[in-house]
Amino acid sequence: MTLTDSARENLEAGLEVKHQITSHLNPPPSYDLADHPAPTGREEIWRFTPLKRLRGLLDGEASDASLTWDTTLPDGVTLSDISVDEARELGELAPGDRPSALAVALAGGATLLDVPADTELDEPVVLRLHGENVDDLVYGHLVLRVGRFSRATIVLVHTGSARYAATTSVLVGDGAQVNVVSLQDWDDDAVHLGRDAVLVGRDASVRHTSVSFGGDVVRMHANVEYAAPGGEAELLGLYFADAGQHLEHRLFADHNQPRTKSKVLYKGALQGQGAHTVWIGNVLIRKVAEGIETYEENRNLVLTDGCQADSVPNLEIETGEIEGAGHASATARFDDEQLFYLRSRGVSDKEARRLVLHGFFQDLIRKVGVPEIEERLTATVEAELAKNVLRELD
Amino acid sequence: MSTLEIKDLHVSVKTDDGPKEILKGVTLTIKDGETHAIMGPNGSGKSTLAYSIAGHPKYDITGGTVTLDGADVLAMTVDERARAGLFLAMQYPVEVPGVSVSNFLRTAKTALDGEAPKLRTWVKDVNAALEKLNLDPTFGQRSVNEGFSGGEKKRHEIAQLELLDPQVAILDETDSGLDIDALKIVSEGVNRFRAQEGKGVLLITHYTRILRYIEPDHVHVFVDGRIADQGGPELAEALEAEGYDKYLSAVR
Repeated sequence: MTLTDSARENLEAGLEVKHQITSHLNPPPSYDLADHPAPTGREEIWRFTPLKRLRGLLDGEASDASLTWDTTLPDGVTLSDISVDEARELGELAPGDRPSALAVALAGGATLLDVPADTELDEPVVLRLHGENVDDLVYGHLVLRVGRFSRATIVLVHTGSARYAATTSVLVGDGAQVNVVSLQDWDDDAVHLGRDAVLVGRDASVRHTSVSFGGDVVRMHANVEYAAPGGEAELLGLYFADAGQHLEHRLFADHNQPRTKSKVLYKGALQGQGAHTVWIGNVLIRKVAEGIETYEENRNLVLTDGCQADSVPNLEIETGEIEGAGHASATARFDDEQLFYLRSRGVSDKEARRLVLHGFFQDLIRKVGVPEIEERLTATVEAELAKNVLRELD
Repeated sequence: MSTLEIKDLHVSVKTDDGPKEILKGVTLTIKDGETHAIMGPNGSGKSTLAYSIAGHPKYDITGGTVTLDGADVLAMTVDERARAGLFLAMQYPVEVPGVSVSNFLRTAKTALDGEAPKLRTWVKDVNAALEKLNLDPTFGQRSVNEGFSGGEKKRHEIAQLELLDPQVAILDETDSGLDIDALKIVSEGVNRFRAQEGKGVLLITHYTRILRYIEPDHVHVFVDGRIADQGGPELAEALEAEGYDKYLSAVR
C-alpha cells in the first residue's frame, strides 16, 4: 500500500513575507493564543489526533508543575533560565500550533542551553527530563542555541509520566554541525505534545532524530527552516506503537532559502489492538528556494491485526528551479519474499521475522550518529519485539 | 551422501482465471554425487521446479512426491528443507535492508548446525569464501543483496553454497546476467562444491554456456512443464546447435 498526496498553493509572489508560513498544513506562527483556538478535531492538522485522550492538555489551564531535570553538560556548555521576551529576542521560532503557543504562554519563561561559538564537543549534552505523575500538567519552553562553527550533540530523554506540552527551538549558527536526538520513552499513560523547530544557519548541517516508544498519546512536530542559503537538515524518526498507543509525527521542511537541503526518513512498527501511528510529511519549496534538494520517506511495518498506520507525504512547490524533490511512503506487513529467502537458508520463521525487523530499524539506527543512543535503541527495539510479535510465534 | 527423488510432480499457481498447472508430471532422480542440468525455453517450468522443491508458498503441489534420502520433502517447512540439506541459489536473490551479510551468514550457519560456529574459524572461513568469489572483505558489512550488482548477487549465492555446505544444491539460472569472468568465478565455486564426495547439483539454465565450465552427468530438456528429452552432455551440444525449436513445435 502506498499513499501519496501533493498539493500546490497558488500564491502571489508579492504576498510572500519572510518567515510567514504559507503552507496549508502549517498555520502562520503566532504567540497570540487567539490564533490557536482549541481544536474540534475536524481541523486538517488535528483530524488524526484523539483529542479526548489528551486529558485536558489543550484547555490552557495554568500550572506550575515541572519535570525534574538531570543533565550532563560538557565543559563550556551552560544552562540558564531566560524570560519569554529574551527567548523571542534570541530569534526562537514562534509557536505554530496550540500546544506550542500554550507552552510559551504558560511555562513562565524558557530554559536556554548555550553552546558557544567555535566549540567542538566530544561528549553529548544530555538532558534527562522525568515526570512523576500523569496528573501533573507541565509546560516546557526550551531554546537550544549552538554558536557558529561549533559541533555538538544534544540528547533529550523523556521518561516517567506527565501531561506535557513543549516547544523547543534549535538555533544553529553558520557552519555549525548539530545532532539532536529526542527520545520519548514515557510510561504508558503519558501525554506529550511537542514541537521541535530548527533554524539552520548558513552552510550549517543539522540532524534531528525523534524516537517514540512510550506514552499513551505522543504527537511530535519536527520543523526545519533556514536562516541563510546552503544549510542541510536530516530529519530521522523511529517509533514503535503497542496496543492502544497513539504515536504521531508531523514533519515540516520549509525551504525558504536557496540551495538548502532536507532529507526525511521515519520508520515505524505497530503491534497490538488499537496501535495507531500517524506520519504527516510536508515540504514547502518557496519561490526563492532555487537549487534546493529534498526527499521525504516514511515506512511502516504492521506486525499484527488491529493496527492502523496513517502516512501522508505532502509537497508544496512554488518554484521548479530545483535540484530534486521527492517522497515515498509505504505501509506493509512482512515481505513474504524476504522471509522465504531467509528461511530457505535454514533460519526459522520466528528468527527470520526477528532478523527482518532488526534490519528494518537498524537501517535507520545506524544513521543516528550517537553510539550510546544507537545501542539503547537497538536494545529497546529487541525488547519491543520480544513483547508481542515474536512471542506469538512460539 | 544424498539422493533427491522427484516423482510425477504436478504444480499449479493461482491466477485470476483460477489455478494454472505449470508442472505436468516431472520425474527425476539425482543420485549421490550427480550433476543434472535442466535446460529449456522461458516459461517451461524450470524455475517452478526449483522453487517448488524449496517450498515457496506461491506454488501449490497438486500431485507427486519429492524425497531426500527417503524423507518427505513436501511435508517439511521451508527452513526444515534447508536443514535437511537442500539449498536453492536464486535467480533473483532478495534484498534484506539493514541485515549485514556477515550477520545473515552467521545466523544461517547457526540455524543449520544447531549451534553458533566457532568465532575464530568462522570469520576465517567467511573471508576465504568471499575472497574465492572475488568479493571484497568489506562485503560482509553490506546489507544482504541491497545495492549489489547482478554479478555480486550471484557470487554471494555461491559463497553461501560453499559456507552452508548443503547435500543437494539447486542453482536457478545462476549464469544469467554474468559476464564471462564472473561466470568462470561462479563455476569454479560450484565445481569446488561438486568435488566433495556425495554432493548433488541440479543446474537450471537457459543457455549452454555455463555447461562448458560445469560438465553435467545428465541433461534434461524441459518443455511445457514436462521433460521432453534427456541424455548425456552431448544433448547440451545438440541444443547449442539446434535450439529448442523442434521440441516447441511438437508441443504446438
